[in-house]
Amino acid sequence: MFALSLAEARAALRARTISAVELTDAYLGAIEALNPQLNAYVLVMPEAARAQAAAADAALARGEAGALTGIPLAIKDLFCTKGVRTTAASRILEPFIPPYESTVTANLLRDGAVFLGKANMDEFAMGSSNMTSAFGPVTNPWTRRGDNRPLVPGGSSGGSAAAVAARLALGATATDTGGSIRQPAGFCGLVGIKPTYGRCSRWGVVAFASSLDQAGPLARTVEDAAILLGSMAGYDPKDATSADLPVPDFSAACARGVKGLRIGIPREYVSDGMAPEIGALWEQGRAWLQDAGATIVDVSLPHTKYALATYYIVAPAEASSNLARYDGVRFGLRREGADLTELYENTRAEGFGAEVKRRVLIGTYVLSAGYYDAYYLRAQKVRALILRDFTEVFRDVDALLTPTAPSAAFGQGEKMDDPVTMYLNDVFTVPANMAGIPGISVPAGLDAQGLPLGLQVLGKPFDEETVFAVAAALERAAVFWALPTIRAGR
Amino acid sequence: MTYAIEGSTGPWEVVVGLEVHAQVISKSKLFSGAATAFGAEPNAQVSFVDAAFPGMLPVPNAECVAQAVRTGLGLNAKINLVSRFDRKNYFYADLPSGYQISQYEKPIVGSGAIEIELADGSTKSIGVTRLHLEQDAGKSLHDQDPTKSYIDLNRAGVALMEIVSEPDIHSPDEAGAYVRKLRSIMRYLGTCDGNMEEGSLRADVNVSVRKPGEAFRTRCEIKNVNSVRFVMQAVEAEATRQIEVWESGGTVRQETRLFDSARGTTRPMRSKEDAHDYRYFPDPDLPPLVLDKAWVNELGKKLPELPDAKRARFMAEHGLSAYDAAVLVAERANADFFEATAHRRDAKQAANWITGDLFATLNRTGRTIEQSPVSAENLGKLLDLIADDTISGKIAKDVFAVMAETGEAPDAIVEARGWRQVKDSGAIDAAVAAIVAANPDKVAEYRGGKEKMFGFFVGQVMKAMAGKGNPALVNEAVRRHLSP
Repeated sequence: MFALSLAEARAALRARTISAVELTDAYLGAIEALNPQLNAYVLVMPEAARAQAAAADAALARGEAGALTGIPLAIKDLFCTKGVRTTAASRILEPFIPPYESTVTANLLRDGAVFLGKANMDEFAMGSSNMTSAFGPVTNPWTRRGDNRPLVPGGSSGGSAAAVAARLALGATATDTGGSIRQPAGFCGLVGIKPTYGRCSRWGVVAFASSLDQAGPLARTVEDAAILLGSMAGYDPKDATSADLPVPDFSAACARGVKGLRIGIPREYVSDGMAPEIGALWEQGRAWLQDAGATIVDVSLPHTKYALATYYIVAPAEASSNLARYDGVRFGLRREGADLTELYENTRAEGFGAEVKRRVLIGTYVLSAGYYDAYYLRAQKVRALILRDFTEVFRDVDALLTPTAPSAAFGQGEKMDDPVTMYLNDVFTVPANMAGIPGISVPAGLDAQGLPLGLQVLGKPFDEETVFAVAAALERAAVFWALPTIRAGR
Repeated sequence: MTYAIEGSTGPWEVVVGLEVHAQVISKSKLFSGAATAFGAEPNAQVSFVDAAFPGMLPVPNAECVAQAVRTGLGLNAKINLVSRFDRKNYFYADLPSGYQISQYEKPIVGSGAIEIELADGSTKSIGVTRLHLEQDAGKSLHDQDPTKSYIDLNRAGVALMEIVSEPDIHSPDEAGAYVRKLRSIMRYLGTCDGNMEEGSLRADVNVSVRKPGEAFRTRCEIKNVNSVRFVMQAVEAEATRQIEVWESGGTVRQETRLFDSARGTTRPMRSKEDAHDYRYFPDPDLPPLVLDKAWVNELGKKLPELPDAKRARFMAEHGLSAYDAAVLVAERANADFFEATAHRRDAKQAANWITGDLFATLNRTGRTIEQSPVSAENLGKLLDLIADDTISGKIAKDVFAVMAETGEAPDAIVEARGWRQVKDSGAIDAAVAAIVAANPDKVAEYRGGKEKMFGFFVGQVMKAMAGKGNPALVNEAVRRHLSP
């Protein structure tokens, strides 16, 4: 049962060869067995999941199947779920039980999905390793050949990625502010798409950096990701930045092929110290697409080298403001003090972890009088130039092909001494957030130690269809068959 | 003519700029669907957006935007078709999100002007720098518990317009006239009820002083002044204080102050309240606010007649004096009352009755024109009774007094009390003859050349007729009977 993709499981449910209750029970069993080892879930909801599964079976029996009826999913703990504890993996939101359901998860429930539980993540989605979670790190189900030391699943959607990779869910919701869907997808051998900014509603998703945050799915195949995004996406009048556009048939786009497409290879996406296998895989990807009928074009995105520095001004600036609401006054953690200032200080000192505090401080600094022009304003100008790079290049090409991350998954505890080393993980993923364009990571090969590596496809705004088409072509050519060491159904 | 304060070193000019915070009339808040009505139970009108729950997002309320545009149009100001919302960051318990959404760099309305009328009948144009939309904060209640503060978020997120004037105001009177006029315009437009007691209108008053001909000196800002009278007092008190500082060899520091209405003085706010670095930046939850030119034009077409235009029309159409017209147009309800009363009647007489007897009655009884016991219809009828000689102007005052007391119609009052004028010349002749016969000595005096005695006879006749004699007929009869 664990070998089934989401699309296959859906077909089996509709054919009534398996029941939703069976499927959900199998996944709940897998969680029970493996979650203590992986720490992918911070909350499991067996009763609710079984009830949803039973309802799904009833709907299936009536022939009223939605796009996801009976499909068990993991929900990143950044999505508010009505009546279910939501923490953003932070102590400061303990306790917090939202009295509302995020638009994205409401869309999934509308389509019949079963929620298995809430997935671990970096605190407030700030991190690239899932090491910053208040619930402890998540272990990557993959291990290096002949080496059992635990690796990170990437971040910030590390719990979602580990859950899907280890067969503790058929798919998962995730969010991507600087690479938090695509980098874990790369580290865990999964497909993860960050759609165009505005494609998925941000309503009910705990905010990190509002101009960059975007929800998307993590899945095992490109088609599965397309099915999930089809349910998650859509205009939402409750989010002023949501795009009032119809949701295309992403699944159909997967079968389009790449014949006649022009694919750009941005020469700036080579980083110092990039693993040689990654360069080779990129070459391979280029050849695969060429073989499939695409034209390969070398292009330049000259402002790429400023993207990461710019991101680490814009994102903390917005976060410093977005996180001001966690003050101990209305919800979540509260640590009393002699006066209001002390209440703030005590609550926030105890409630926020080190990485969150670091970013709040950076953000406060770059917005301060006397520094605003030099940092925030300049960053916004550079951001406009990054967007212009993409706009110009997309006049000539239909999509871009790049590596997802400069390395494969690294060990828990590595890259922890210097935050900048950790930030460098996002170097290839951040530009898409800065420009608001869609990007997907597809597993395309293994490094010398047997760890998965991803290739990234970037597309034009609101042209996820081409992104899916190119990703599906890569998937077909790569025939990525490797499986993680820790997984259900072994 | 120019207002100046005489110091020990000579005259000082006063320079004032006002920032008026006006609560927008709208059913729901600026960025949420929660209600805005005044006087609800604490925290009864709070949405998850207002309380800044995780994942909640602001969505601009189109009606609040329209109200700001209407106000801008009413101030003859430039409407900015592209404006932007910014976050003003600071921590306070009644500011749930830790930032106020405001418009910092790109306000929805640019420069305009307000014409104010001064006591001497002259007018003056005061520049409006800008108008922007912003959220109100909640309210901290410090008097409910000895150790705790309570928070009421009903106001949190309510839409405010901040209207900033140029430093064109140079006296307490001008400051008062500016606030009154701005309030009047917004009440005409229906964009702000101007209710200062409920906090719908508050002013931050920027004051500096200078010697004639000098450039600006340092200004101080007096926060949250909540009545026209206090605005005027605050200007005077603060200007006087600054003059004393300068003249005693000191330097005025730029600071935020509070007006103490009990003492009639200003005092500095604690520096802690003043030491914010607000870290303004564009709100990433809100795309730029883009207005359609045609939509703005449509709002412009539907604006009501505003006080200045109405005043001009009252003068031209009804022949009112500038003063009467200004008094009547200050409140739209008064102007409407006047027009209803004056319709097809003597407009000047209508204006006199309204600005005289009616306003006096309303003032005395603490009522607004909407609560007036005398309706425009009945006041009009009273004018008709005077015009067709049913009653005299003198009796009309008595009729009005009864109307103000009982709310009854004037014709009914006149009938019930038998106050109809006597125009029967036989009855008048008889009354005059009786008075003449009873006062032979007075008749002799009159005929002897003491013409003042004429009034005595008229008065006696009127008294005998309980005031109901038609004055013209009585005069005529007295003259006839007294002539030798």
